[in-house]
Amino acid sequence: MTPLLVAQIVLTLFVFFMLLNSAAVMVYVERKVAAFLQQRLGPYLVGPRGMLQPLADVVKLMFKEELRPRAADPLLFALAPIISATAAFAAFAVVPFGADTTLFGLLKEPLRLQVADVNVAILVIFAIASMGVYGIVLAGWSSNSKYSLLGGLRSSAQMISYELSYGTAIASVLLVANSMSLSDIVNRQAGAWFGVIPRWFFFLQPVGFLIFMTAGIAETNRAPFDFPEAEQELVAGYHTEYSSMSFAMFFLAEYINMVTVSAVATDLFLGGWHGPLLPESFGWIWFLLKVAALLFFYVWMRWTLPRYRYDQLMAFGWKVLLPLSVVNLLVTAAGVLYFGV
Amino acid sequence: MMAFYVFAAIAVVASLLVIAQRNPIYSVLLLIASFGALSGLYVLLDAPFVAVIQIIVYAGAIMVLFLFVVMLLNAPHEDTDYDERVHPLLRPGPMRLGAVLAAALAVELWWALTRTGDSGRFPAGAVASVRAIGRSLFTDYAFPFEVTSILILVAMVGAVLLARREGRG
Repeated sequence: MTPLLVAQIVLTLFVFFMLLNSAAVMVYVERKVAAFLQQRLGPYLVGPRGMLQPLADVVKLMFKEELRPRAADPLLFALAPIISATAAFAAFAVVPFGADTTLFGLLKEPLRLQVADVNVAILVIFAIASMGVYGIVLAGWSSNSKYSLLGGLRSSAQMISYELSYGTAIASVLLVANSMSLSDIVNRQAGAWFGVIPRWFFFLQPVGFLIFMTAGIAETNRAPFDFPEAEQELVAGYHTEYSSMSFAMFFLAEYINMVTVSAVATDLFLGGWHGPLLPESFGWIWFLLKVAALLFFYVWMRWTLPRYRYDQLMAFGWKVLLPLSVVNLLVTAAGVLYFGV
Repeated sequence: MMAFYVFAAIAVVASLLVIAQRNPIYSVLLLIASFGALSGLYVLLDAPFVAVIQIIVYAGAIMVLFLFVVMLLNAPHEDTDYDERVHPLLRPGPMRLGAVLAAALAVELWWALTRTGDSGRFPAGAVASVRAIGRSLFTDYAFPFEVTSILILVAMVGAVLLARREGRG
């Protein structure tokens, strides 16, 4: 066991626990921000300013009875939340969140702040995200309930429609960055133009960023695109029949997917861990700040915009977002060819 | 080598179970497992790009559509015109067709296995780079690539044409 290997293992566990924690923090943030936007107090009883509310929620979920409809498919019903949660955790494995570090001289060789460095990282995230949809679809089908089934069907239709724009937006960034490795992409964004404007791909790809975030919100099934669980129409959509910890796993997967989309957006468009003032070894603070800002944006969107109609969602995805992303890709390709970025 | 046998075993067993299942949903899921194992084999061959594309295109996009169709049809079991106790594959009609297909496959397999010698076209590691794949796809293999895309376009137009209802202004 070399020190580097030990550090790798510790890092992997650390990322795992941080993702779990991020879901808890997001539950609290979501409830507090929602309360703020609606001029309420939000949770305030459990712990100081209600900060222990997520803990209370988890305990409540753990002690709830685990229910399963009699007509449900037992194997797939149990498997679906596991697929969702596993895919959510796995996707983050290839996301880099800081510059190489020796932990202040503790290690001889530098440790990369990324669980797995794959040279096609961005595609791996894409692949795992497309596996995550099976959790939702199978949950919908195996529950043997009309609301769940409709939720599952909506989810798969939505995923197929928005994955195209999502992928095309990513492809434009890949063209500009000339690499598929996320750490390479982040490192190409170091420095600043004219010493003022940071060299973020956001400034080269503003349209790409908008498309990426819109499709990202649709991919994570968040409002205003939360059709798979639209409560006014489908009770709770694909997880209507789930209770206790299996419901909690879907919940966890949703929040972790939000964190992953925000982290990928930070790496692709917002310069990752590069930022002014802080030295390179503290770059992860910038990374966390940027991800937090995007996550706040997510919550802000949810409580500001009403849900679209389902046909509007489909029309928007196919008739607006997809043509826009293709045009963006073509313009980017022409620009790269002309200026040789 | 150990990893190869594990992935190969998963792929073969899952593929066998695909045709042995009566519930189409389970068949779809086992096919996804088989694709996943194939993708593992690509990783072992030092071709991560092909492995990931295998997952995105086959296990992701295409199988989601399969699942979609199976769910919409909601056929929990295959139709039972024949004796319930006889497995669907062992009934007369499918057996004849299956035998022909199996023979064709065996010939193809033999043909493929007897020419494994000339793997010199792609030097080791060349498949790994996206650049190399893109370059050969748009130069040496441009014609087959374009023909394939026309084939897919024809299939799409055909599907739209079939789905369009006649006689409605």
